[in-house]
Amino acid sequence: MADTRPGATNGIIRWIDDRLPFMASVRHHYYEYPTPRNLSYWWNYGSLAGIMLVVMIVTGVFLAMQYTPSADLAFDSVERIMRDVNFGWLMRYAHMNGASMFFAIVYIHLFRGLYYGSYKRPRELLWMLGLVVLILMIMTSFMGYVLPWGQMSYWAATVITNLFSAIPLIGPGIVTFLWGGFTVGDPTLHRFYALHYLLPFVILGVVLLHLIALHRHGSNNPLGIDSKGPQDTLPFHPYFTIKDLFGLAVFFLIYSFFVFYAPNALGEPDNYMPANPMQTPNHIVPEWYLLPYYAILRSITFPILFISAKLAGVILAFSSILVLFFVPWLDTSPVRSARFRPIYKWLFWLLVVDVIALGWVGANPPQGIVVTVGQIATLYYFVHMLVLFPLIGKLERPRPLPANIGTAVVQTDGGVRLGRAGAPMAKP
Amino acid sequence: MADLAQHNVTGPHTGETRRDFLILTASAVGVVGAAATIWPFIDSLNPARDTLALSTTEVDLAPVQVGQRLTVAWRGKPVFIAHRTPEEIKAAQDVNLSDLRDPQPDSARVKKPEWLVIVGVCTHLGCIPIGQSTGDDRGPYGGWFCPCHGSVYDTSGRIRQGPAPLNLWMPGEVDQAAQALYKFTSDTTITIG
Amino acid sequence: MVKHAFAAVALATLAQVPLSARAQENPPLPRQEWSFSGIFGTYDRAAQQRGFQVYKEICSACHPVKHLYFRDLTDIGYSEDEVKAIASTYQVTNEQPNDQGQMFQRPGRPSDPIPGPFPNDQAARAANNGALPPDLSMIVKARDGGPDYVFGILTGYKEPPPRFNLLPGMQYNEYFSGHQIAMPPPLSDNAVTFADGVPATVPQMAHDVVTFLTWAAEPNLEVRHRTGFKVMLFLIVTVGIFYAAKRKIWAAVH
Repeated sequence: MADTRPGATNGIIRWIDDRLPFMASVRHHYYEYPTPRNLSYWWNYGSLAGIMLVVMIVTGVFLAMQYTPSADLAFDSVERIMRDVNFGWLMRYAHMNGASMFFAIVYIHLFRGLYYGSYKRPRELLWMLGLVVLILMIMTSFMGYVLPWGQMSYWAATVITNLFSAIPLIGPGIVTFLWGGFTVGDPTLHRFYALHYLLPFVILGVVLLHLIALHRHGSNNPLGIDSKGPQDTLPFHPYFTIKDLFGLAVFFLIYSFFVFYAPNALGEPDNYMPANPMQTPNHIVPEWYLLPYYAILRSITFPILFISAKLAGVILAFSSILVLFFVPWLDTSPVRSARFRPIYKWLFWLLVVDVIALGWVGANPPQGIVVTVGQIATLYYFVHMLVLFPLIGKLERPRPLPANIGTAVVQTDGGVRLGRAGAPMAKP
Repeated sequence: MADLAQHNVTGPHTGETRRDFLILTASAVGVVGAAATIWPFIDSLNPARDTLALSTTEVDLAPVQVGQRLTVAWRGKPVFIAHRTPEEIKAAQDVNLSDLRDPQPDSARVKKPEWLVIVGVCTHLGCIPIGQSTGDDRGPYGGWFCPCHGSVYDTSGRIRQGPAPLNLWMPGEVDQAAQALYKFTSDTTITIG
Repeated sequence: MVKHAFAAVALATLAQVPLSARAQENPPLPRQEWSFSGIFGTYDRAAQQRGFQVYKEICSACHPVKHLYFRDLTDIGYSEDEVKAIASTYQVTNEQPNDQGQMFQRPGRPSDPIPGPFPNDQAARAANNGALPPDLSMIVKARDGGPDYVFGILTGYKEPPPRFNLLPGMQYNEYFSGHQIAMPPPLSDNAVTFADGVPATVPQMAHDVVTFLTWAAEPNLEVRHRTGFKVMLFLIVTVGIFYAAKRKIWAAVH
């Protein structure tokens, strides 16, 4: 029978494929790619993140065509985009809210990984590459926020770059180096612009590595057990193409609501005032997706041994992400999915509440109960990572795992409802 | 071995056509969405509102005496406005069209014969011809002379000698064939663009 | 199921606490009715024009609106000719000096930005006892509470409570942070006579000028709402079609 796979019959494609195996690659890594058949909607967030990266790059490039990265012209150039450039308001609001959407998606994607043990062997490198993407995203978004040169842009840049002064001996020198001057100023803005344009393409490269690592062993699944053969998987196309497209449409609905009806809901009014180096806003607040780190930073109000409170806060804030790199080894459980880990499941949700609490702490001035909550929440975060992960894995008695994915089991939390044992794939 | 493929389908044909219809509709919707998304980005590269606002210039002609010439900026280019003397007008009108490289009667190039309004950019390679200031070399025809490669224009701005292929443009002529984009809003004012 | 309930209760509890403590400093802002609120909001043209009149006759004595151009006024219902006429009543500094190298003034054109009352910040401060009247083109977006806040400021002047230490030169204002504002109450009844005959009470003028200033900060609100409606409608249909397609394709597996 004729080979009806996509691209097989076209002569031009065959000529190219003989020399550069493009179509063969697309067939293997996309059309036919075996994907666990029981993936839930928590597995949509990877493709959503990839799409948001493209959205941010496209809106960013078109904004870059109209923006002026100079301290005296930047704010006005953004207003020109909002008022005079055709659809400028749309590109700006899409880029601004897109950053928030991108972080929300990536955080959910990360927590999905924590819940289902997706970081465990053999996916440790996959997990760590994802964390590298997160760090690059944080750097990119921080620099991007400075570009409109509003009050919050300027003062957030000042506060965060000043953190490096906590480094003993060389700290203040590093800060002057970062600024290119004696305060945040025009040189700072120029270099942040160049780097803000560059880093997303570095992210693109790391995402490529992330996908290569993913395809080495394939996706994890809600049961956390390996697939044993074709009876456990479905070809990515059309099953997960359509599922991802559906998820994308739902996501765009939420994204569009923000862009068209509440474009400034997630932002700070102070940033609609031009930067004034002579006047600090009453409350300096970073964007919501950086609040937990900000809270941890401010929670250390006392020196630890010879380390100043300021330096300790900085170290702890950076450590909150660095500790995640070690999770594959900190977590000692032989079982991946929290579905079968009755104690860890509770702790996972406690961690979620903890991170949200840290966000609330970061949004508020450090007074009274806010400080106490922040310190408790910071403590719990590191206890969870450094103490509970190793302990619970050893002490907990996991529930019995199913034999395989294709077993006739009715899943309850959003998994595929399987009928007969391993119904064969629909014919192509 | 039971054939499981037929089990969950209502009928072999209705199930498939409904599925194909859905896939077709989904694809169509996707393409429409993609096209609608691309358009704003492309349109953002079109001239913005502030650029369009500067695309019209009003000029007060009252201070320009007979024989004087005025240069104004319009859409980033110089526009030559010449208050022509009767001799200049006659020289422009008494020309055999077959002598011209780019034949055009003077009447087609002016709205009022005493006012010549043309874009001061040489049609050869884009230099700005001299002749606007008194004392400038206006070339053998008393019009304009381009110092870059020696193109010579007459008192109607038509090419007479040198490498330029075409007469000096009227404002907007490049975009709107033969329709000069200026009008007299009064005897002494014109709006260009 | 229990873990979901636990998380939901925890989140709901936390949500009661306001995200920012700024809301606690002053009495809560009274909410006003605005024609531009909600997903179907639009600007009331008459209010915008009355608001422009209030800005022009009262506020522009001290406050610039540097991001507004005369040509933008066609958005609020003036014709091109009316805009040209309004622009020409202003004297504007030419972008380039004259042939003698001196800067000079000329009548305004639609393509010019609306000139402010002072040539620079220092002159503004000198004329206002050291205080700098802020630019108003973005003020509604630049303040927490937006239109309600600006309305509150304009109508919130009152006698200071007993034992309140009001510094010399300052005014007591209910909603301004710290309750002391350098701006004297700008609005008084009938300070302006509206062309359409609407009585110029202080709340009316405040309402209209806030409508105008909200437009000044967000001129594309109406096209944003209109486009958003079409986009959301399209996406809702798309979600439905994609869901049906997903179910159909997966039917073979279930």
